[in-house]
Amino acid sequence: MNILLAILQTLLFISLAPLLAGWIKCCKCYLQNRKAPSPLQPYRDLLKLTHKQPVVSKDASWLFVIAPYIIFSATALAVTVIPLIAVDLPTAASADVIVLVGFLAFARFFLVLAGLDVGTAFGGMGASREMTISSMAEPAMLMAIFTITMTASTTNLSFAIEHIMQEGLVLRPSFIFALLALILVAVAETGRIPVDNPATHLELTMIHEAMILEYSGRHLALIEWASQLKLMLYGVLIANIFFPWGMAETLTLSALGYGLLAIMGKLGILAVLLAVSETLFAKMRLFRVQEFLSFAYLLGLLGMLSHIILEASR
Amino acid sequence: MILFLAYAAVWFSFLSGLLALLIRQHHSVIKLLHYCCRKQPAWQQHLDNWLAQAVYPQRIQQLSFILMGVAGVFAISAGVSGLMSQTIITDQLSLGLPWLPWHVRFDSLSALFYLIIGIAILAVSCYGPGYVKDNNEQDHPFAILGLFSGLFISGMFLVLLADDAFFFMIAWELMSVASYFLVAFQHENSANRRAAFIYLIMAEVGAIAIILAFGVLASFSEGGTFTFDALRNAPLSTTWASVAFVLALIGFGMKAGLVPLHVWLPEAHPVAPSHISALMSGVMLKVAVYGLIRFSFDLLGDIHWQWGVALMILGAISALGGILYAMMQPNLKRLLAYSSVENIGIIFMVLGLSMIFLAKGHSNLAALAFVAALFHAFNHALFKNLLFLGAGIIQHQVHSLNIDDMGGLIKRMPHTSKLFLIACMSISSLPLFNGFVSEWLAFQAALQVGVLDNAVLRSLIPVMAAALALTAALAAACFVKLFGVMFLGLPRSRQAEKAEEIQDKGMLASLSLLAGLCFLFGIFPGLMINLLENVAVQTLGYGLPNSTAAGWLWLAPVSMQQASYAAPIVLILALIAGGISFHYLRRDPAVKLRQSDTWDCGFGGLTPRMQYTSSAFTMPFRRIFSGVWRIDEKIDKKAGAMPLQVTDIHYQLHVEDHSWSKIYQPIERSVNRIARLVSRMQTGNIRVYLSYSFFTLIFLLWVVS
Repeated sequence: MNILLAILQTLLFISLAPLLAGWIKCCKCYLQNRKAPSPLQPYRDLLKLTHKQPVVSKDASWLFVIAPYIIFSATALAVTVIPLIAVDLPTAASADVIVLVGFLAFARFFLVLAGLDVGTAFGGMGASREMTISSMAEPAMLMAIFTITMTASTTNLSFAIEHIMQEGLVLRPSFIFALLALILVAVAETGRIPVDNPATHLELTMIHEAMILEYSGRHLALIEWASQLKLMLYGVLIANIFFPWGMAETLTLSALGYGLLAIMGKLGILAVLLAVSETLFAKMRLFRVQEFLSFAYLLGLLGMLSHIILEASR
Repeated sequence: MILFLAYAAVWFSFLSGLLALLIRQHHSVIKLLHYCCRKQPAWQQHLDNWLAQAVYPQRIQQLSFILMGVAGVFAISAGVSGLMSQTIITDQLSLGLPWLPWHVRFDSLSALFYLIIGIAILAVSCYGPGYVKDNNEQDHPFAILGLFSGLFISGMFLVLLADDAFFFMIAWELMSVASYFLVAFQHENSANRRAAFIYLIMAEVGAIAIILAFGVLASFSEGGTFTFDALRNAPLSTTWASVAFVLALIGFGMKAGLVPLHVWLPEAHPVAPSHISALMSGVMLKVAVYGLIRFSFDLLGDIHWQWGVALMILGAISALGGILYAMMQPNLKRLLAYSSVENIGIIFMVLGLSMIFLAKGHSNLAALAFVAALFHAFNHALFKNLLFLGAGIIQHQVHSLNIDDMGGLIKRMPHTSKLFLIACMSISSLPLFNGFVSEWLAFQAALQVGVLDNAVLRSLIPVMAAALALTAALAAACFVKLFGVMFLGLPRSRQAEKAEEIQDKGMLASLSLLAGLCFLFGIFPGLMINLLENVAVQTLGYGLPNSTAAGWLWLAPVSMQQASYAAPIVLILALIAGGISFHYLRRDPAVKLRQSDTWDCGFGGLTPRMQYTSSAFTMPFRRIFSGVWRIDEKIDKKAGAMPLQVTDIHYQLHVEDHSWSKIYQPIERSVNRIARLVSRMQTGNIRVYLSYSFFTLIFLLWVVS
């Protein structure tokens, strides 16, 4: 039963990710006085791409062709260990939150190699920048996560969320810092404004798009889907760790339905916030990103210290 | 039995060295063999054919490496059985001075490092024959290479067996001096001679520190004896124990390559032959780690948490410094050498964590950190050997070590590139590979910091964990760059364009062996962790917090509630996810791939020179961490006829380590200054010297009377 639920939850996660991306686009269009496409547009795009014939460069190696599958699988694996609608998730035991960061690193490793594979300046540029940003973001993210795992004294996400729910609504200064740090990291890692601009092509400032410039057809579809998954993954992490209320603690149908509604509501609100911030801020210069991420690291560190000084029970 | 295996490993590695000496003695060897089997003329005929003049050197090389391989097999079996049986075996050899027999002891800590060396030399023995085949016998005689390799390996084995300070130092010096000759092997370049000289100086300074450390212990031991048993029981005050620890840290840290004592490492490792640099980087540095563990955890015993803090901070500096320096190196083997500094830093950091837990009385957590450090040492030996051996193949095929001369090798060298990719993934600590598991264990140990009652430590350790995370992320960036620039993209030079896959089966087999082990211990880390727990039990007296910590499926070092990792399940899930997406998208036969030109923005004429180079790739890092290096960047622009027109741009980049200019050059200058002062006494005038003798004589007579 539990296993079945885990599978269903993962499939739900994977199938909902394009909807979230579409919803964010809708909100942004609305805020910018443009006519919005349907929130289902990403599904249509993905479907269209899977039916197109992929074009692969003559200079590409086997790594280029296999990379999208690896990137998608690694991101999907990361998704399997995050509780979405029910707290109890058996697969969370097979890989804890540190492994989750490892999965994301795995996906990134191949994304960057694929960017370098064809040997264009764009690919190299995107690859170099992606690695720079991620290597600054990873410590900040682990700092924020360590704050949470030390509070719950477990790195298993299922148990950690259970612990937070049982404690009820406690105002923890460390969690506020960790939340802010995680939001900043999420913005950087998912390539949103002000770090990267997902809407532009062919700008010298782009990062993610520069790496996948050579991809087309089903390969592109997989990579796009993986990046939508990653966006939703960070959203769910933020929503379910810091605001876990509403998640199903028992496996009744009503509780699960309520959990689904809760997470959709939470993600909907987060998406609106993201759209607002993307409308308000402009993209930063590349070398301002390090300040942005050091700020995230600092917040994570403050969260950790305030946990140790104020909250640890002695 | 176990001890017999251990001795056999020493003997066979020694024999492999001696055999190499016979490479020029074709006639005498044939005569000797004829004499031996004079009753069997058929055998003589066979021997003559088999050892014909033309193939004789090759046969000797192969035999020498086979003996080394046999030594490796013996060492592996000694190591595994020593780890499983958990017994301590002691022995005395009546060698050396008559009243100072050599004490031998083989416990599970020695067994672990035996295993590490055994695997490494087994891989090297498969690799060696192919590597030295095209060796120029006139310039670089194999006799020297083989002899000192044998001595070097047996020296390392003996260090692990030693149970008294004399024997330890003799074995240590054997290892150091033999490896000096190996570093100086390609001595025709002055840079190589200089590197070897620096190595020798630093090795000897380190040895002096180790001798002093033993001396401090021995002066407190019963009767001033130097056996490890006596040193273990020596009653030391905290101050003297700390003095001994600091001396040992300097001595072993110099060999292991802790920043700022690491400067010999990036000089010496690149100039040695590749299989030797693999041994030096993968194994010899581990012997130094062994020395520190033996000295501090076993001999000193009473650990203070301050030592742990010192070790942790030094380790963090080494880890971060090592990987940042590595990132900037254009030379493949220098890059790998700096990355060894990084990994040694990680090992020391985790050992420091273990010391802190041990001193604060949380022995099971100390065991966890200890196991993590040992596992990382083991893993590093595997993937660093793989990387260095791979580098040897690439140097052989591309005739260059500059990574900016490569590119596109993934198509020209498909097997090597796959094996190299596995090594890069392991060292970047990606899940499913072994490097990840040890780092995961280290994080788990660091996260248990809540049990400590000292607030400073409680906040220091998470910061160190973040430093570890930064190191891992930078390592991933460094090795993505390395693989991307070397193997992907378009060939950047003519040699890279003409490169071919290596034909020698043995070389590829040795790489495959190591890559397979990297993957095996990434999926089933429990196999190794169970053995490592025995080491912790014997050395620290405690095992992991969760007694069923490492089954074949689950890895839950603290408790199932706190953290768990099941690599086999992850692998199965990954295969399912990959399989589904692959099959689903492949089912439509109408949409096969179409090959086409790379998109060139409509301008046409993409050239390999338009690709990102390694220095371009690391440019953002250079800017962000600009204080870490001494950067010398020069851009020369030649103006054209038109204003603002540029016809020619020359870009020069030189990145250097701070430690030379900040530490070593001042030392060098002051040594020179003192030497000049002393040289004033030496006028070269015989009368002055005679008067020196005269006054000395008078002085001595006065003292005596």
